[in-house]
Amino acid sequence: MAKYDFVIAVGGAPGQGIDTVGKSMSQICARHGLHVYTYSAYQSLIRGGHTFLTVRISSEPVANHGDKIDMIIAMDRNSLEKHLPHVAPGGALIYNSDDVKAAPARDDIQLCPISYKELSNNTDRIKLMLNICMFGVALKMIGGDLQVLEDILNLTFGRKGQEVVDANVGVARAGYNYAAEHFTAFEMQIEKQEPKLAFVDGNAAMAMGGAAAGVKFYAAYPMSPSTGVLHWMAANARNLGIMVRQCEDEISVINMVIGAAHAGSRAMCATSGGGFALMSEAIGSAGMMEIPIVVINVQRGGPSTGLPTKTEQGDLWQLLGASQGDFPKIIVSPTSIMDGFDTIPELFNLVDKFQCPGMVLSDLTLSMGFTTFDPDTINWQPEIDRGEFISGPVELDGEYLRYAITDSGISPRAIPGTPGHMHVVATDDHDEDGGLISDEFTNPHKRRDIMEKRQRKMEGIAERLPPPTFEGPEDAEVTLIGWGSTHSVIGEAAQMLTEAGISTNHIHFKWLYPMDEDAINEVLAKSAYSIIVECNYTGQFARFLRGETGFKADSHIRKYDGEPFMPHHVADGARELLKSKTDLYVPYQEIVV
Amino acid sequence: MARRERRERRERPIQGAPTAQDFKGDVNPDWCKGCGDFSVLRALQEAYAKLGRGNHDHLTVSGIGCSSNLPGYIKTYGMHTLHGRALAVATGAKFANHELNVVVTGGDGDGYGIGGNHFLHTMRKNIDLLYIVMNNETYGLTIGQASPTTIVGEQTKSTPFGNLETPLNPVAMAIVAGATYVARAFSSDLKQLAELMYNGMQHKGFAFIDVISPCVTWKGGAQKIFDHWKERVQYLEDHDTSDRAAALAQAVKTGYETQLGLFYHDTSRQSLNDMEPVLEKGPIAHQPLGISQEQGDAIIQKMM
Repeated sequence: MAKYDFVIAVGGAPGQGIDTVGKSMSQICARHGLHVYTYSAYQSLIRGGHTFLTVRISSEPVANHGDKIDMIIAMDRNSLEKHLPHVAPGGALIYNSDDVKAAPARDDIQLCPISYKELSNNTDRIKLMLNICMFGVALKMIGGDLQVLEDILNLTFGRKGQEVVDANVGVARAGYNYAAEHFTAFEMQIEKQEPKLAFVDGNAAMAMGGAAAGVKFYAAYPMSPSTGVLHWMAANARNLGIMVRQCEDEISVINMVIGAAHAGSRAMCATSGGGFALMSEAIGSAGMMEIPIVVINVQRGGPSTGLPTKTEQGDLWQLLGASQGDFPKIIVSPTSIMDGFDTIPELFNLVDKFQCPGMVLSDLTLSMGFTTFDPDTINWQPEIDRGEFISGPVELDGEYLRYAITDSGISPRAIPGTPGHMHVVATDDHDEDGGLISDEFTNPHKRRDIMEKRQRKMEGIAERLPPPTFEGPEDAEVTLIGWGSTHSVIGEAAQMLTEAGISTNHIHFKWLYPMDEDAINEVLAKSAYSIIVECNYTGQFARFLRGETGFKADSHIRKYDGEPFMPHHVADGARELLKSKTDLYVPYQEIVV
Repeated sequence: MARRERRERRERPIQGAPTAQDFKGDVNPDWCKGCGDFSVLRALQEAYAKLGRGNHDHLTVSGIGCSSNLPGYIKTYGMHTLHGRALAVATGAKFANHELNVVVTGGDGDGYGIGGNHFLHTMRKNIDLLYIVMNNETYGLTIGQASPTTIVGEQTKSTPFGNLETPLNPVAMAIVAGATYVARAFSSDLKQLAELMYNGMQHKGFAFIDVISPCVTWKGGAQKIFDHWKERVQYLEDHDTSDRAAALAQAVKTGYETQLGLFYHDTSRQSLNDMEPVLEKGPIAHQPLGISQEQGDAIIQKMM
């Protein structure tokens, strides 16, 4: 079949079941074997306010919500008024005509009014299922299989009893049939393809990666947009033998994780910027005591409480500077939802080997976005390498020194309970044996030795981190440079530009710190007119990259309005920057929620 | 560069019943001469010995402060963590390996001040730990400021005109917050202290001992402060330790006399460690890592 790429958006008030529609629509497409990416623009309210959920459906893998909206389901008048201009010409608008006096003024789209009052015979019970009715309409418009929808409704509402399932199925069918009689379905219809796909959000993917990596201890304090990791872990804890704890604050979270890791468990936690700030001191203590831990920071708009439900790449410098003093640490920023799954086991092997904290820099776009994936491509048994780890009785040659000075900087780590290896780990600086240097009124030679030992680990880490990826033609006119969650959106922009005659390539960073200067400069040397694309005001990554490598980009595209980039934001920016004399482009966000 | 004199650190198989000597650490304490903490250390070594397990079966965790240097002076696994965070770290360690005997030591500033939130919630959750606070009513290591237990009117470096704030009542707080073994002791009564510690280690749940451990440097000298406390302490008598209301009534008595002994002991409430089904198979630190293909497939099934 020809390439299918279709975007449906659902607008309404929280409490109107927008997420049910979005999730079910995505699930149906996944069962049809179609790829889906879902992004929900929402507000920090339980009821009231406005939610706008975008589902992009494609016959090929897709990882961002695209540029155009082909069909909008407006659940309330507010959504109708707000989003009427956002339907692409030739698209369709489904709305509840009971709510609207005059027909919306667009003659270049198909208007699909339904009188829900009429359709539901005005019974209150059914009124609550407006979302499902409109869902039925939408499904007919794109040619989805009604039977698959009924299966999904069975799954979604089965727990509430057959009566609820039947009522929902009835309403969905009514909508579906109404659409068949009154509206013209889109010419391009969805077609089933193999294999059937599964559907996951970024937070769950990282939690699953943790489970696969052998995380046995997970602690958290709820904080948007990271809470999904906690929910997945809590739901699967007993089945998978993972100890999951909700703590009194993030300080407790990180310190519990450190305690559990020290006692021999793989331990992880997730938070957002504010919670991460509270964890800072303890991250330094994991560096000092040389305890391997993984901390996920799901960025939201800052500073301070900031934008709890909006995205940003604004915490890079917070992670770089977390905690006082110098200590080895690793920072990685997954480039897609499923990359989040793979990243966690990769990072655990590194932190176990180098006995230091590892930090994952996700963001709301990646963590709360949903994507489809082929279940056969998921690796539940990734390599697990715990490094120099002593947990059973071993013959000791001489005395055991927890912080033995070695060429690699790595000292074999014995966990409590192991006979013959007793030692004290301390947040005060210490000698090879764990004895406090401060007890000796700060011995400068021992301090220098132990500091150099710890920092030597950074060389080993940097050698192991793969350099950034390079995509597209080497002799391009423009090079787009990005990091983390923007991989797909920048990639699509590069393609758009190339197709429009501006040959463009793309360099993308996943492993951010430590940086291997030479290896990275080798990749950066291939760049043409370079534009760094990132989701913050000050160009955090641009400044960091310049500091580490001396590379100064020609210009920048930055977005800090809380909404993620759409591909055209980047492509338009590149065109504008090539024309103008300025070196900064800030895209305008058209869709306001 | 001369290596610091250290005792043989390899664990000698303990011959016969262990003694306090077997738990003596590699480093000698750097506390001020006459500090109450010496007796607390000695009592803890005796309690560990009485428990009869190997040195490696214990984990001693502390925060920061004079008294928090204790793990360095005792021969067990030790963690000298951040200021105020010992209970959180110890909770994580105990969850990872509940076969370890985990004891937390620290001071009043560490536990009742900066660590106050963790103190409250660790008790509420009834984590299976023994928490020993060496309460000297001052911040000793930062050379003598008021602490959360400093009495009203006392002049310190941070309250030169007298302390205006009401001190915390840690024993009453513990009973109310949900600790299931609550005691107060005096460092000079080593016998009672060691016994309370031993029983606290055996208690399945959160055991807490507030130890009056006088500071000889910032409280007017050893003679003055020990005389002061010897005059004030009294032993709890005719007290039913299973009666929570009675325990609280004793704890909130705020006279010159200060009661010593076991205030409250609840054996009916399970510790969180015992309640958690995930720990039934044994310590999670000893479980094989990762998940099976079948477990993975079951997870995927729910996402289709």
